[in-house]
Amino acid sequence: MAKKSPTVNGGSMSDISFLLLTFFLLTSSIDTDLGIARRLPAMLPPNAPKPEIHQRNVFKVLVSFKDELRVQDQNIDISMLKGMVKDFMANPTNNSKMSEKTMKEVTLLGKVPVSKGVVSLKNDRGTSYEMYIKVQNELTAAFHELRDEMAREHFGAKFDDLKGDQQKAIQEAIPVSISEAEPTAVNVGGAK
Amino acid sequence: MGKFNKGGKKETPEINTGSMSDIIFMLLFFFMVITTMREATLFVRILPPVASEVQKLEKKSLVSYIYVGPPIDARKFGTEPRIQLNDQMANVAEIMSFVEAERLARDEVDRPLLTTSIKADRTVKMGMVTDVKQELRKANALKINYSTARGKVY
Repeated sequence: MAKKSPTVNGGSMSDISFLLLTFFLLTSSIDTDLGIARRLPAMLPPNAPKPEIHQRNVFKVLVSFKDELRVQDQNIDISMLKGMVKDFMANPTNNSKMSEKTMKEVTLLGKVPVSKGVVSLKNDRGTSYEMYIKVQNELTAAFHELRDEMAREHFGAKFDDLKGDQQKAIQEAIPVSISEAEPTAVNVGGAK
Repeated sequence: MGKFNKGGKKETPEINTGSMSDIIFMLLFFFMVITTMREATLFVRILPPVASEVQKLEKKSLVSYIYVGPPIDARKFGTEPRIQLNDQMANVAEIMSFVEAERLARDEVDRPLLTTSIKADRTVKMGMVTDVKQELRKANALKINYSTARGKVY
């Protein structure tokens, strides 16, 4: 005669899964990694020719070892940086001291003015990382706002809400052109 | 009027606990899916700087981390900021081999998508970060991400 198989007590099952649950709760961290994305320039061969950029198209940003900000030979507060970058890159009044623009044919957008401006960021080896990130953040914000404005104008939506090829078009019209020099001793506002 | 109270006092029915485990298992799977294990034990203190223009790091499996910050154990490692790769302290010169090892650990198709996340403390000086960046350039790991917390800058 076959033995009757005893019923398994299911009540303890929940205890086991509770244990597992608490284990995963404790060992894991739910931090999503956030950050500012950047692309480093590739290493150039030492004798490569330097690209010629017209003086007018360079937007100089210097950060000293005392975390002071000097933009276009002016000491300014960080809250002004974003507006200045936007003005310089967009150059709505065609000011001869700000960046040049060339008309360029971009798919989906047609002929649009593309700025030749480059933001040149230079910092000292003694600059704090916090200040550097603040400056990078402002620069990113400036380009992001310019893209948003253009996206609104052409597609009636924010840049982040656009479709892939629309985003590509805007990216082509407003490239994030930030060039970083290797840090040297930067003396801001001090004596020579 | 006593229409609803026909049977007099009723015994309270027992709650079926069989489905309890199912519910807990659902919770368990939820947490298993959304969480990530800590990548490394940190030897350096990292309080990331704050930024507002942040992007999420996509595809965690394609990210390698470089930690820079003042050591937690000051008696063992001193107070000067140090670099940590994986589970140990390292020199700037070791970054290149680290990147190479990270690359080899991935599939060939994924290698160009590899991102290096620089997790640095806000007090670290740029000299150190620049050294790291130069090494990354040498190693041709050009996609980087400055790890930050989300917040108001000023």
